[in-house]
Amino acid sequence: MKEPILKVKNLNVKLDSEEIIKGLSFEVKEGDVLTILGPNGAGKTVLLKTLVGIFPYKGKIEWRKDVRIGYVPQRVPFIKDIPINVEEFFLLKTTSEEAREILESVGFEESILKKRLGDLSSGQFQRILVAWALVKNPNVLLFDEPMAGIDISGKETIYNLLFKLKKERNLTILLVTHDLSVVFKFSNFVVCLNKCPICQGVPKKVLTPQILHKLYKEEVKFYTHHH
Amino acid sequence: MNQFILSLITGILIGAVSGYLGTLMLSKRMTLVAGPLGHLTLPGIALALIYGFDVSLGAFPFVILGIVLIWILEIWTKLPMEALTAIVFSLGVAIAFLFLPIEQAKTALIGDITKVGVYETIITVTLCSLIFFVIRKIYAKMILINISEDLAKTSEIDIKKYNILYLLAIAIIVALGVKMVGGLLTAALVAIPASASRNLSKNLFQYTSLATFFGAISSFLGILIFKFTALPAGPSIIIINSLIFLVSIIFKR
Repeated sequence: MKEPILKVKNLNVKLDSEEIIKGLSFEVKEGDVLTILGPNGAGKTVLLKTLVGIFPYKGKIEWRKDVRIGYVPQRVPFIKDIPINVEEFFLLKTTSEEAREILESVGFEESILKKRLGDLSSGQFQRILVAWALVKNPNVLLFDEPMAGIDISGKETIYNLLFKLKKERNLTILLVTHDLSVVFKFSNFVVCLNKCPICQGVPKKVLTPQILHKLYKEEVKFYTHHH
Repeated sequence: MNQFILSLITGILIGAVSGYLGTLMLSKRMTLVAGPLGHLTLPGIALALIYGFDVSLGAFPFVILGIVLIWILEIWTKLPMEALTAIVFSLGVAIAFLFLPIEQAKTALIGDITKVGVYETIITVTLCSLIFFVIRKIYAKMILINISEDLAKTSEIDIKKYNILYLLAIAIIVALGVKMVGGLLTAALVAIPASASRNLSKNLFQYTSLATFFGAISSFLGILIFKFTALPAGPSIIIINSLIFLVSIIFKR
């Protein structure tokens, strides 16, 4: 069997002296769709950003040598401040030809090229970000699900797209979500996180009611406290 | 060479490159920084006016000093940058008026581009071309950094390196700008053409070309106004700029 594509050992992340992730270890095999699951503020996005090298950390993060990472961030906050069209957005990183090819492969018509990024719907923009991450032909895709702004059909479109891309391009996917249906439908491995690691394994086996209760307990307490 | 032609060359180039750089500053929400940095140069301008050397040459070390001071204080005190900028720029203004002769105050505050010499023009042309090419070179990377630092980092862009080049370009443009519009009005040179252009643009190409054009044309018209009415050029340039901005609101897409 091939070497794992990613090995994480005893990962600790501290931001502004607050501990966000404590003692996390897991492995990702080639072709896995791994979901990082947890309540709000559990450190899911931080974990993804740490894995792509945005945040400093202690412990070990070992990507296999031949890994090329594509990263889809959860938010791109200032996009509406800059008048830039889809083609120009891709030209920041690649050629017009590659942009056309990729956009076609994620199901866009050519007319999208001249659309202003700020004018796209959030669903369209999310697909553009996925397409943008596919530049330079990555073999691992990290996808941070947007918290809001995308309706259910938009959500389905994006996950169907990810799954199609996975098959076509033989991608390994790491995704952050808090949607359980996404976990059961699309992924073969789950890492549950609420600052400390809670569980990991095949979703149908490890996501028992008890574990889910434990995972979301803090959040439930928080709300009952306020009502 | 004709004094008027020299003023036009200097003015149009400074206006155009400020407009171009302004598009980056606006997308980083930083246009206002050019204001305090301009105020900060006042002691340098005062020294230049008293001892009779190039105003931009006097201004430049003070912009750099200002940027470094704000940067160090930010690390030390963790106060927000706007508060530090306010502290540092008022200090600049205060020091300048301790020793600036009152008859020179007008030039220091609103600039005077109508007396530039051949030597100053050559320096301005050289610096403006240099900055223009630097901005062109870093433009795509800076836009990506402004859109999302995370995407820039994962695209292996050395953000620090680009920010330093960008800040250096701002420092030089502010130093050149005070020659034209004085220590008070430098923010307008970067903020107004870019804002007007953003109102009208559908894409980056239009955004940068229009901003550069608006910067150039308002300097040109401002200096013409001085030529034919003897109204001061600096404020005229800013007023033309603002008129362009008002028109851009009407045609806003």
